[in-house]
Amino acid sequence: MSVKDIKDKTPPRTMPIQSATFSNPINAEIRRAAATGIYDIRGGGAKRRVPHFDDLLFLGASVSRYPLEGYREKCDTKVTLGTRFAKKPIELDIPITIAGMSFGALSGPAKEALGRGASAAGTSTTTGDGGMTPEERGHSTKLVYQYLPSRYGMNPDDLRKADAIEVVVGQGAKPGGGGMLLGQKISDRVAEMRNLPKGIDQRSACRHPDWTGPDDLEIKILELREITAWEKPIYVKVGGTRPYYDTALAVKAGADVVVLDGMQGGTAATQDVFIEHVGLPTLACIRPAVQALQDLGVHREVQLVVSGGIRTGADVAKAMALGADAVAIGTAALIALGDNDPRWESEYQKLGSTAGAYDDWHEGQDPAGITTQDAELQKRLDPIEAGRHLRNYLSVMTLEAQTIARACGHNNLHNLEPEDLCALTMEAAAMARVPLAGTEWYPGKPGF
Amino acid sequence: MMQTYDLQANGLRELNAALHAQANDTNQTSWEIVNPRGSHAVAVGLDAPIEVSVKGSTGYYTAGMNKQATVHVHGSAGPGVAENMMSGTVVVEGDASQYAGATGHGGLLVIKGNASSRCGISMKGINIVVHGNVGHMSAFMAQSGNLVVCGDAGDALGDSIYEARLFVRGSVKSLGADCIEKEMRPEHIEILRDLLDRAGSDAKPEEFKRYGSARQLYNFKIDNAY
Ligand SMILES: Cc1cc2nc3c(=O)[nH]c(=O)nc-3n(C[C@H](O)[C@H](O)[C@H](O)COP(=O)(O)O)c2cc1C
Repeated sequence: MSVKDIKDKTPPRTMPIQSATFSNPINAEIRRAAATGIYDIRGGGAKRRVPHFDDLLFLGASVSRYPLEGYREKCDTKVTLGTRFAKKPIELDIPITIAGMSFGALSGPAKEALGRGASAAGTSTTTGDGGMTPEERGHSTKLVYQYLPSRYGMNPDDLRKADAIEVVVGQGAKPGGGGMLLGQKISDRVAEMRNLPKGIDQRSACRHPDWTGPDDLEIKILELREITAWEKPIYVKVGGTRPYYDTALAVKAGADVVVLDGMQGGTAATQDVFIEHVGLPTLACIRPAVQALQDLGVHREVQLVVSGGIRTGADVAKAMALGADAVAIGTAALIALGDNDPRWESEYQKLGSTAGAYDDWHEGQDPAGITTQDAELQKRLDPIEAGRHLRNYLSVMTLEAQTIARACGHNNLHNLEPEDLCALTMEAAAMARVPLAGTEWYPGKPGF
Repeated sequence: MMQTYDLQANGLRELNAALHAQANDTNQTSWEIVNPRGSHAVAVGLDAPIEVSVKGSTGYYTAGMNKQATVHVHGSAGPGVAENMMSGTVVVEGDASQYAGATGHGGLLVIKGNASSRCGISMKGINIVVHGNVGHMSAFMAQSGNLVVCGDAGDALGDSIYEARLFVRGSVKSLGADCIEKEMRPEHIEILRDLLDRAGSDAKPEEFKRYGSARQLYNFKIDNAY
């Protein structure tokens, strides 16, 4: 080899390595923050991976457990919410409800579609920040009216028109945070319903204006019951933070139903840092909440509704096996209506996003016409067709949950129990308090 | 015809049920509630043009969500009196605790004594006249309507206020974020004169200063470098 040959040969080089700490998304966010001086606001729930229902498996039947026939044998799905104090509890055909999503965040046709789909499936929908619309009331056979800190559109006539009342203390996506509807989404109608001028950013308060703490909440619930003649179930919705104590305090305050929303739960708009870094995963919330209900001797008497990242019948069955009476869905319902559908890919690209990742719902430019108040975009959503899709999706989830329950030998979804489950990871075993697959052990199990 | 109701003897549920049963064309227009003894949720959710007179002091949420009715408390009222009132009139002869008139959409709330903190919080169209003073954080996030304070206001008056008008005769300990003193124009004097008159106050409109939103927090400020 000549000296010239050696010079020509490029020496081996260190491969460029991307930092796991300063990853491309992180660096892009640093650049974005540096350029704009404002935090990122977006819709949706936590996008990071956290221990979830995917980390649990059902065991199915065995010698000691015999299964029920897949299609024929009865497997009841009905649930009644509000049996503790309300004179008129809500009876649902399936244990999957539609979570509260505000008119304002969602278009009128989207709310109508939710009402149509849920009603056809025999379940309830929920209003949201911004009050009740006639379309929504008209198309929902069972409608839960949210009582929120902002009290936008809060009105005793609507309270009386509702089938249940949900006092919102917090949301899983942003426990401790308020809401934000940016000016570009404030149409005349939204502005009027909220008693604010058009075009300004509307903050939703993070705390209720006229009560603080569980003792006050008890009196607030008394007031709501007195106004509605003790007829309507009263739910208390909390974000997943201290599920044992929040559940116990909600029960103490007189709730008929506790709604518990984990950190994967969607929101219409909040700071990304909040969505990703505050709150507990849904999986970690359920057992402590059920424990609180059991310790107070009210499990099943005060119903527990779990939400945050519920997508399939398997998720429904797992939440119920851990002790929930029902679940609520937000994001999945929007996807069933057509949110983030690849058919709008070219438009997502124009907005700097891609189908499946689009979350700038607060900007009001949703190509699918769901999270917008733009008159033209809204027309893209046919509420009848979208409602049918939601109904189909709800019925598939129900069939899936029934399939699992029958395989575990249960003739009622509510008979699913932790004993039916095992966990794939140590984390999930600890959170769900079910054994790590193939063992009889979970972290924290007494006696080990 | 005057109906007298003994709250201690007959209980809250029956009271509110009887008041809710009054229709728009009722002839049982006058109600007197005796022995309230600080009860909560007295005369809540009314929706008929009746007059309810409470002989004594009440607890939380007296006359909450009132529509049409006139509720007169001959004593002091606990937290959240007339919260979310839609229309009608609520008068408190004594003092009112926190969050008086919170989120009220309409009607008139008169407090003859002082009101505590967060008076008129998130108000959405209600008119509130306080003959005495109001505590800190009054008119926090107040959206619309008028808050008239004949005495002094505590710290952080009108913090994050939207379009509500605040009129204060005495001193203001401090103004909250985005709340500023504003010019008192003839139309404001007129609004004030009418409210003072309806609230039975002999204060002169000219003695008041007006406060409202600087509207600097209405939209997120972004440094549009690109
Ligand atoms: C577009 C949108 C709007 C929402 N608006 C509200 C609201 O007004 N009030 C509320 O309590 N929760 C609101 N939520 C949260 C839902 O009620 C629910 O907690 C959450 O969506 C459940 O999690 P999931 O989206 O993973 O199903 C909203 C969620 C979404 C996606």
